[in-house]
Amino acid sequence: MNPGFLLAYLIDGLLIGFVYGIAAMGLTLIWGVMNVINLAHGPMIALGMFGVYLLYVNASINPYLALLIVGAIGLGGGFMIYWIAIHRVINAPHLSTLLATFAVNMIIVGLGTAIFSTSPYTMDFSLGSLRFGMVTIQGTRIVAALAAMLVTGGLYLFLYRTATGKYVRAVANNRAAAELMGIPSARILALSFGLGTLLAMVSGGLIATFFPFTILSGGTYELKSFVIGVLGGLGNPLGALAGGLILGLFEGIIPALVPNTWVPVFEFLLFVLILLVRPTGLFGAKR
Amino acid sequence: MKDQQQSSVALPLPAGRAAHALGVWRNPGLWLVLAVVGLAGAYPIITNQAAIREAIFTILLSIALASSLNILLGYTGYVSFGHVVFFGLGGYLGMYLLSSGVSLPVAVLAGGMIAGLLAFLLGSAILRLRGAYFALATIGINEAMRTFISNFGPFGGPTGISLNFAVYKPYGGAAQALWLTYYSLLILTLVAIVLSFQIKHSKFGLGLRAIREDEDAAEVMGVVTPRAKTWAYVLSAIIPGMAGVLFFFKNGNIEPLDAFRLHFSIELLVMVMLGGQGTVLGPVLGAAGYQQLRGFLLTNPTFKDYQLVLAGALLLLIVLFIPAGAIGWLRSRFPRLRRVLP
Repeated sequence: MNPGFLLAYLIDGLLIGFVYGIAAMGLTLIWGVMNVINLAHGPMIALGMFGVYLLYVNASINPYLALLIVGAIGLGGGFMIYWIAIHRVINAPHLSTLLATFAVNMIIVGLGTAIFSTSPYTMDFSLGSLRFGMVTIQGTRIVAALAAMLVTGGLYLFLYRTATGKYVRAVANNRAAAELMGIPSARILALSFGLGTLLAMVSGGLIATFFPFTILSGGTYELKSFVIGVLGGLGNPLGALAGGLILGLFEGIIPALVPNTWVPVFEFLLFVLILLVRPTGLFGAKR
Repeated sequence: MKDQQQSSVALPLPAGRAAHALGVWRNPGLWLVLAVVGLAGAYPIITNQAAIREAIFTILLSIALASSLNILLGYTGYVSFGHVVFFGLGGYLGMYLLSSGVSLPVAVLAGGMIAGLLAFLLGSAILRLRGAYFALATIGINEAMRTFISNFGPFGGPTGISLNFAVYKPYGGAAQALWLTYYSLLILTLVAIVLSFQIKHSKFGLGLRAIREDEDAAEVMGVVTPRAKTWAYVLSAIIPGMAGVLFFFKNGNIEPLDAFRLHFSIELLVMVMLGGQGTVLGPVLGAAGYQQLRGFLLTNPTFKDYQLVLAGALLLLIVLFIPAGAIGWLRSRFPRLRRVLP
């Protein structure tokens, strides 16, 4: 294997890892705050892809500007999903929330399939590429990684530097105690779900700038988000970013050693293994 | 869940095992279920109609799988999202054996055994995880198995295994073989129901339900929880493994995406929820109802494109408003029905 190729693979993997990281951050935020495994995460990622695509193709809005609109839609959509589908079962056993979010998944995928069919879409968008010696990197991936870092920083500032962020952390820590302190916990839960959905849609929008996608692609990235979330510790947003980078590196290195189709095998084996050996993840979970 | 707690308290405790086993067979509820499923299963045989047989085959398959899943989900309270892994793995081993000349009964038994073995090996490891972590692990195992088999040469990799027509010869040709699979599945489904009923009304089942209500308390009360959970997992895996062989034998070919379809796994959960988790009749009713509804939506020209949307909306309504399922709701609403609705 040519060392230049390997380096290119590694850098590509790392850059994509940032984007995976924010998708997983959404999942893990929802888990950490409300103890819900969100099975509607994948369709929201797919909606983010289609949102950016439609705004770019029909209104010729710059994809990165479109991300702001898509993110706002995600926040509102997450709010709505929480109040309609989750609020009633938030204290029920896990099966109820799993199935409630899966029902949302079915509804979105069903509507999406009826509208967009399941054929692949590609965004005709490029930012050129950078060359360093033998290594070529696509511009869209660099900007996507930068955007992901920006989003992470924003989330961090929100959680640790604002009063509302403090409420979110309080509810994640102990919902009953937070309520006794006068924090409107239901509204905070809705906000957290909205934020999680926002992160999913933004990551989907970023992925759409460099990979082809269908309405069903969300499922693949949802599974990746599970792997990353468990890797970094469910409920730990910064762990999710680190987990994303690890998975990205994995996806960069493994194809250099074995055929590409083995990548998911290793990913899922790693996933099960971490659940068994260290269910709190490599970087410590919320609880 | 309060109503389930009540029902387990109201359960009469058997004096001895032998007397108890007889008592189970005297329960009118079991006979009711067996009679309904048996009659529905016999209908295409009596009328000799292949089209109806196909519809009932799908329903029987769902009943067998949902009833098996219910042993783990309904009685023990562990949510297995990847239960289809047993169906797929059993199917794969069965197809491999069938294509190398082994007879159908042996292949079916082998499918059940490999599924049980996988559950046994996995069970001691992943059943330590609780709640959502267990659910995630089962998803991971199913996906790992699917992606592994896609790369596994002897099982045909991504294209899977297709049966040669010559395989059907010993059974009197393909048309006769279809009937044979149907009879076998009917028997397997009845066995699944009896097994589900026996487990629920045994001391072992009582232990499982104690685990469902409070695992730590169950342990304190003397239930050896790791062993009980592992056996529940194994028992819920064997019949899906056997059914997988029958299904793919009838199908003629098997592919990783068909065998380990996560969506099918979740459909099974929906069926159990629909009818009522933790009841014997629930998964039977849920499976039949779900397949009927799905068939209606798929063939109806107005709803065809929105089949998934409507199914999702229905699931959401059930989860939000009738979480105990149809049978669970009836049992808590009309306590007298508990004797006839197991």
